[in-house]
Amino acid sequence: MVVWTDFERSTIQDIFSKMDYEVVGPAALTRCLIVYPWTQRYFGNFGNLYNAAAIMGNPMVAKHGTTILHGLDRGVKNMDDLKTTYAELSVLHSEKLHVDPDNFKLLSDCLTIVVAARFGEAFTAEVQAAFQKFLAVVVSSLGRQYH
Amino acid sequence: MLSKKQKDLIAEIWEGLISVADDIGADALLSVSCVPRSVRRMFASYPGTKTYFSHLDISHRSAHLLSHGKKIVLAIAEGAKDISQLTVTLAPLQTLHAYQLRIDPTNFKLFSHCMLVSLACHMGEDFTPEAHAAMDKYLSAFAAVLAEKYR
Repeated sequence: MVVWTDFERSTIQDIFSKMDYEVVGPAALTRCLIVYPWTQRYFGNFGNLYNAAAIMGNPMVAKHGTTILHGLDRGVKNMDDLKTTYAELSVLHSEKLHVDPDNFKLLSDCLTIVVAARFGEAFTAEVQAAFQKFLAVVVSSLGRQYH
Repeated sequence: MLSKKQKDLIAEIWEGLISVADDIGADALLSVSCVPRSVRRMFASYPGTKTYFSHLDISHRSAHLLSHGKKIVLAIAEGAKDISQLTVTLAPLQTLHAYQLRIDPTNFKLFSHCMLVSLACHMGEDFTPEAHAAMDKYLSAFAAVLAEKYR
């Protein structure tokens, strides 16, 4: 069972409450596809991902980025049982989407960077640690049903 | 490995960081430079990294932390001036890390990530995906060269 300190809980709630999902989601996913181009392998049917400009202007990428962030929102609302919250999505990513779980970490690193850029100096070392702890548990839950 | 465009981007970013510090003075290098903060971020998110500093005082803004952060930023900035010569530039540091410090190379990745976070906090929107990709590539190359003499 993951133990959350009061600081961690409030920090995570705070970050997500201030987040514009329709901006941050697409920004994180596009960044992941640009910085780690091999992740594009999972988006063969998304159309033009030929260069950074194409990726940033791609509406399917934007839509999916928003979907992902809403998925994270579920975790924010269920911080004390992330394992159960993401069990179904874990099975989906394993059995149907066949996504290498290492990719979850790449996306979560990109999300951290996008949030850092938006929060600036307010994204202190302690805030970063709390945010990354949350993402790490989500990532772990998403990888749990793989076999 | 790195395209010309990426090398230019990296050189530009580091020049921008170092020159701001020069204007404001030595003290500011330590407060404006994102590297001491990166080291702090790394200690906060990855507590295992603190084990390499048991012989130093690494509390917030300690002299050791600041001077160590400064050493790292200067080395990374030096390397950025001519990325094709990284192996030559880093030769002494390669020896130091291989035979004396013997830091597990996975930690280089953790530190690089924290450097990127610090850059994002500092540069905001200017830390574009292209800049991020170029910097990540550079820091990976830097870490790989640093670990070259390990075995």
